Amino acid sequence: MADQQGASGNGLKLTLAWLFVGIPLTWGVIQTCINALLLFK
Amino acid sequence: MSFLSKERTIAPPGYSRWLIPPAALCVHLCIGEAYAFSVFNLPMTKLLGISQSGPGDWKLTDLGWIFSLAIFFLGVSAALLGRWVEEGGPRKAMFTAALCWAGGFLISAFGVYIHNIWVIYFGYGILGGFGLGIGYISPVSTLIKWFPDRPGMATGMAIMGFGGGAFIASPLSVWLMHNFSTSSHVGVAETFIALGVIYFCFMMVGATIVRVPAPGWKPEGWVAPAQPKKLITTKNVYVYQALKTPQFWLIWWVLCLNVTAGIGVLGQASAMSQEMFPGRVTPVAAAGFVGLMSLFNMAGRFFWASTSDYIGRKNTYFTFFVLGAVLYAFVPYTGKAGSVVLFVCAYAIIFSMYGGGFSTVPAYLRDMFGTRYVGAIHGLLLTAWSMAGIFGPVLVNYIRQWNVEHGVPAAQAYNVTMYVMALLLIVGFVCNFFVKDVDEQHHMTATDEAKHSAASA
Repeated sequence: MADQQGASGNGLKLTLAWLFVGIPLTWGVIQTCINALLLFK
Repeated sequence: MSFLSKERTIAPPGYSRWLIPPAALCVHLCIGEAYAFSVFNLPMTKLLGISQSGPGDWKLTDLGWIFSLAIFFLGVSAALLGRWVEEGGPRKAMFTAALCWAGGFLISAFGVYIHNIWVIYFGYGILGGFGLGIGYISPVSTLIKWFPDRPGMATGMAIMGFGGGAFIASPLSVWLMHNFSTSSHVGVAETFIALGVIYFCFMMVGATIVRVPAPGWKPEGWVAPAQPKKLITTKNVYVYQALKTPQFWLIWWVLCLNVTAGIGVLGQASAMSQEMFPGRVTPVAAAGFVGLMSLFNMAGRFFWASTSDYIGRKNTYFTFFVLGAVLYAFVPYTGKAGSVVLFVCAYAIIFSMYGGGFSTVPAYLRDMFGTRYVGAIHGLLLTAWSMAGIFGPVLVNYIRQWNVEHGVPAAQAYNVTMYVMALLLIVGFVCNFFVKDVDEQHHMTATDEAKHSAASA
């Protein structure tokens, strides 16, 4: 039971931590890709 | 403060090691802003004149020193404080990096407000440079200890963040300046304050979630090799003892030459693409080219470091040097053939390997010198980056200038530069070839380990 709670707690922390860094990074990459597309227009 | 002590960061049982890469990314994504600092250059030349440079406004040459100082002090602080970072633990280092980095922005905001460039040199250049150096090396050894089975991938993920930080900082800074600017005000000081506060909070999240593994911890199901493999030691080398080994200096040159070849071209990428394809690559498209290269620089950091876990560090650098030399020699042909696509493809691979050079080196050092002082040794090795930061751009700019002055058409002015870069990579290949296992006389004994543990406790 305690193990299950620990695992689900870890899962939530992992999701939040990765979203915290993943969202701004993805946003930045998308902005860069939009600008880079101009090279091929 | 006990919150910052290394003992308080020891992971409890069941702690997931996959929380460490986001903790490292929290720091590297912030300090990666340094690559995007150029977005402030033009607005900072118009702080007094507002719509255009006025009397007393700073020149671009004055502003160029801010970035150069920051990179110089990155190398200095990483070299000087590597051992302190290693022994004090990642949380203390990340917190210090956050203070220096955010403090650098706040002091620079004051420098903009009173219009004194020396305050900015001190704020962003020196204090911020210390934040860069401490922040850059702070998660490296922690990641390597958590991922003994895949150290390349782990450090590649963090160092990828340094490449990716500019993608966030560049549009964010432009957006902030746009919102803070008025008809009588450029908005740089307010943007610096906002960035300082945002980066401090972001980096503190990383400092809060970072943990070091408990003594004796190892990944589930992973068995440490009983016998050392070729070019992968199971022993440790003390940080200053590493300086006495030929392996340290050979890898120093490997990094320096790999970075020199890339960094010079990176700074000139926009101008080069326009001059090699006049009329076909516009300034706007050239900016897109620079962005694309930055993407490959970032992706290469993860891809090549992860690949090195399978093919070995030495083979990874062999790939950089052989493929890089071939591609640099091939670039003049793309100009002659007028093929923008081939030009972009060649540089995409070159810049992926430039990034890969940075991210693979911590694992290379770990293989050579062991886990214990890898962060500190990595800090010392970053002086190669500082050196390359001077060599690379100077080499590219002067060779181009010499060619232009001797009547070479602008479209072909980079050809010699490309061949020189290929030559540098061949020298790098030779240095890498001579990297062998560290002699046993440099390994720490059990007594040494105990002595240094007591000293750092």
